[in-house]
Amino acid sequence: MEVPILRQGQYLIASIQSALTDADLSHLREALIAQVGRSRCRGVIVDVTALDVMDSFAVRTLRDIAHMARLRGAETVIVGIQPDVAFAMVQLGLTLKGVATVLDLEEGLAFLNRRGEERLLETKPKRSSDRG
Amino acid sequence: MAEELRLPISADVDVVEARQQGRALAAVAGFSSGEQTVIAAAISEIARNILMYAKKGEIFLTLATNGDRQGVVVVAKDQGPGIPDIERAMQYGYSTSHGVGAGLPGAKRLMDEFNVDSVVGQGTTITMKKWRRIV
Amino acid sequence: MDTKKSTSVSTTRPAEPPVLSESAAGLLRELVAHLRQNRTQLREEWARRITRAELLTAMTEEEIFAEATAVYDNYVEALETGTFEALQAYSRRLSERIIPRGVETDEVVGIVLLLRDVLARSLFTKYQDNVDKLNRILDSYEPAANRIANTVAVGFVEERERIIRQQQDAIRELSTPVLQVRERLLILPIIGVIDPQRARQLTEQLLRAIRANRAKVVVIDVTGVAAMDSGVANHLVQTVEASRLLGATVIVTGLSPEIAQTLVTIGVDLSEMATVGDLQGGIEEAERLLADRAIPSPQRETSPDNQR
Repeated sequence: MEVPILRQGQYLIASIQSALTDADLSHLREALIAQVGRSRCRGVIVDVTALDVMDSFAVRTLRDIAHMARLRGAETVIVGIQPDVAFAMVQLGLTLKGVATVLDLEEGLAFLNRRGEERLLETKPKRSSDRG
Repeated sequence: MAEELRLPISADVDVVEARQQGRALAAVAGFSSGEQTVIAAAISEIARNILMYAKKGEIFLTLATNGDRQGVVVVAKDQGPGIPDIERAMQYGYSTSHGVGAGLPGAKRLMDEFNVDSVVGQGTTITMKKWRRIV
Repeated sequence: MDTKKSTSVSTTRPAEPPVLSESAAGLLRELVAHLRQNRTQLREEWARRITRAELLTAMTEEEIFAEATAVYDNYVEALETGTFEALQAYSRRLSERIIPRGVETDEVVGIVLLLRDVLARSLFTKYQDNVDKLNRILDSYEPAANRIANTVAVGFVEERERIIRQQQDAIRELSTPVLQVRERLLILPIIGVIDPQRARQLTEQLLRAIRANRAKVVVIDVTGVAAMDSGVANHLVQTVEASRLLGATVIVTGLSPEIAQTLVTIGVDLSEMATVGDLQGGIEEAERLLADRAIPSPQRETSPDNQR
């Protein structure tokens, strides 16, 4: 089951459509890493709205994706974790710490844009006329 | 009494099948959507465990009734290497500092009853149950 | 074979079945045979006494008779087999039928005791010439009859409790404790004693509300919670973490020193949890976060991540 990866500006959006096997998740990770490495990608969005279960392997894979993407200068955000899935995850003890998670695609794009702005401000030399 | 659903586990598509069947059975038993997800997650963890350590095995799903409670019984069997130190295996991943533990201790946290029978060199049987009050 | 035609039971003796061995089992069989043979008049006698005692007034005579037949047969079968599962199941089904009609616990207990009495009296009558045998028969009958009364009463009460729980759950589902104060901001005030089931329900409702309202900040107020055991405290932590996964920041307000201590005991790092003294302060902090647009990214690692 191939997960479609779309390009939107400097962002990659991977939309998971249905239940994924461990092999599918690994393929997704490889595909994303390859694409992030190839292009000038600033952000990765993984949409897990369609996942009805997120177990330890899924969480590990998402953390790997975020880690690898960060090494290549891209920020990752996971969107669309369902309420039931989130509850089951925390009961399992899986917290996705270190990875940004937001409600949906719209929030995901807003998040990446904000992060992009922040990083721009961080690298700019300080000027007294800078707006806060 | 209740019918038993037998699911062979030998490839990772089987893990997906097992948790989807588990969810369906939980729905029949009347569990809420949240609890169905919990049961599916627990099954996913132990099914993957079978694949990782024993390469293949089976999962049996049954409905059960106990007084005023109804529930789902999951039995995972394999003829793998067995678990040398069950206590230790149940402790690993307990702390949430890494957040990617799960496996047996994770599944145990999700279910109401959890039992591990394992003999090194012969195999492992895990029995886990979740109950709900018939209201 | 019922040879009697008369409807009166107190003065006429029914035909005697062949005498069996005097063992307890034999006596029980004899007793059951007697009850079956005289089923019609004993049941009628019982129905009459129910009406005289003004029980089951919520039901018509036909209904009482119909139920009486079923109860009688189940009663005798329980005596015969010595097993009570069928009776228990029947009792719950019966209760399910009559509770909505307004039948009370004392009525149900009352009619079962009346049946016990009617049957006991018929035994007195039958064995009045053989006190010794009567005593032995009663030795078999009494414990079984008492167990039956118990089973039926308990079945009724359990069914009542089940209905009450069902109603309470329905009320809980209807009353949503999550309040939307303004756009993107939710408040969940928790009051009173929280059992594990209620805690789970609250979390599910909160997470659904976060999704439905696209909330960015949630204020969970525990001012009204007197005490929290480690289980519920753990649950609170899980709720905070699950909310984060949905992109919402949680502010906990109203933490008493005791509850704070419980949290620390279960290993919670309070410096990681956003807490404010009271609800008002929590709402103000939430408004600040929303206005700022720079809501701390959920789950961000504290170490600098812009090393390139």
